[in-house]
Amino acid sequence: MTDGEIGEKKNKKKLTMAKPGLWRPEAHLSTTVRDMPPSGIRKFFDIVVEMEDVISLGVGEPDFPTPWHIREACIYSLEGGQTSYTSNKGLPELREVLAESVEEDLALDYDPEEEILITTGVSEAVDLAFRATLNPGDEVIVPQPCYVAYVPDVLLAGGVPRPVATRLSEEFKLRPEDLAGEITERTKALVLSYPNNPTGAVMTREDLEEIADLVVENDLLVVSDEVYDKLTYDGKHASFAQLEGMQERTVLLNGLSKSSAMTGWRIGYALGDPAIIGAMTKVHQYTMLCAPTMAQVAAIEAVRRGEGEVMAMKREYDRRRRLFVSELERLGLPCFEPKGAFYAFPSIQGTGLTSEEFAEELLKEERVAAVPGNAFGESGEGFIRCSYATSKEEILEAIDRIERFLANLEARGRSGKGIKKV
Amino acid sequence: MRDFAKEILEVLEENARATPGEIATLLGRSEEEVSGEIKGLEESGVIRKYMTMINWEKIDDGYVYAIVELKVSLHRDKGYDAIAERIARFSEVQSVRLISGDHDISFTVRGKSMKDVAFFVTEKIATLKGVESTCTHFVLKSYKEHGVILYDRAQPKRLVVTA
Repeated sequence: MTDGEIGEKKNKKKLTMAKPGLWRPEAHLSTTVRDMPPSGIRKFFDIVVEMEDVISLGVGEPDFPTPWHIREACIYSLEGGQTSYTSNKGLPELREVLAESVEEDLALDYDPEEEILITTGVSEAVDLAFRATLNPGDEVIVPQPCYVAYVPDVLLAGGVPRPVATRLSEEFKLRPEDLAGEITERTKALVLSYPNNPTGAVMTREDLEEIADLVVENDLLVVSDEVYDKLTYDGKHASFAQLEGMQERTVLLNGLSKSSAMTGWRIGYALGDPAIIGAMTKVHQYTMLCAPTMAQVAAIEAVRRGEGEVMAMKREYDRRRRLFVSELERLGLPCFEPKGAFYAFPSIQGTGLTSEEFAEELLKEERVAAVPGNAFGESGEGFIRCSYATSKEEILEAIDRIERFLANLEARGRSGKGIKKV
Repeated sequence: MRDFAKEILEVLEENARATPGEIATLLGRSEEEVSGEIKGLEESGVIRKYMTMINWEKIDDGYVYAIVELKVSLHRDKGYDAIAERIARFSEVQSVRLISGDHDISFTVRGKSMKDVAFFVTEKIATLKGVESTCTHFVLKSYKEHGVILYDRAQPKRLVVTA
């Protein structure tokens, strides 16, 4: 392009700009998207990003880099020129090793040809599950507090999200009576996400069995996001798909982001009935086409030979979990002992502050970033999410700062309430 | 449940300064249990010593290191152990290993200068009965020691707040 042409382009632009009222991009937005609030996490992120010397408990990803042998496998494949598309479903070898690993972990059989789809992160898999199954007006029950994407993804698929609150007193488990209260004739699906982000709650096999009858009676599909399954600290992870007859009713979503420290690689997968996986594959092929090839190659290495590191990282998270929870207790912030994932979800109700006030003031005064609980649904109000996927030194420094913050709050006699020691 | 002793060792291997109280918190056990277990590990010789990992290269007058490989001829009354243990007694020697391949024994020496190290090898080691030949490799740079990376590289930053 010559200078003259650029000049011409500029002039053209000016011409259009000179006619106000003709082009209003906002008017062209989808109403669903326009009315969708931005993620509470995102909002908070914008404040944090400007600050220095921040200790972050706000991060939803491991602080370990991806193990070297996994990165190396990817580099090797790039050197070899493995850069073309894969089949829509994903590399056959990856689907095969995943089928083997799921068989080993959960004793569940999935056919790599028809019942496994490799996605660009679990996020895509969540989106696909809703888009492939919901008709306009179909309702989806979403237990909260939960990961921020389920509700918007249901909306984008034309569905109606029905949040149901879980409570600290119930260890943030979904109780059958609460579930029953939300089911209507339009209810099509139920989201389960255990181990849970942000609460760290898990549902044992017995807990899951208690809701299985309702699922069957009301003919619900279960979308089960189990991305934190490997990070279950006491006992073994239980999947809803493992219950008698429930495998066909469950779309099991998982990925390597959290367990193998591979968040940036964007590799997830969906397991389920061929009809549903087939429908999801259709959407996937017209939108994503396939998950990134090099990341799929790395994923094969991670599934094949990554178990040792997964276990080592889990042991380290487990220690940090104990350290962090015992320190929170010392500070008098009531906290449910997380059973999985890498988050603690202490209650800050005793301070008289809202979650957002607490998080913002903590950040401004002491430069500790934690995420307000209401970002994960209304029932998260009164809590903050703290990730302990950070070094022990940083955890202890953060605790010191939080302690000082609480002491200052008390000294100021905030709202006359102060901190109630529990 | 993983072996309690192994868990303690894993924490101590990472941080020799971790106190029994701190380890107890990390492992969800009592301080007494941890102290008792550590005492047992010390007494049985599983824990030999608590050390500090130092990057001497950052100090101006750092040390010179060499890896020395030996070929050894064995005699009826003198096996590998005898020679290896004899070499191990020198305070200049940091590690001694019996190895497979072209050589029999490999050890590392630390000295103040290359001359120091060279004289040590020729005078003290090459002259030992049973030592047939020595091959000295001076270390030019260390990248990793005891599982710890020694070079400084800026770590890519994570976003501060993510879902």
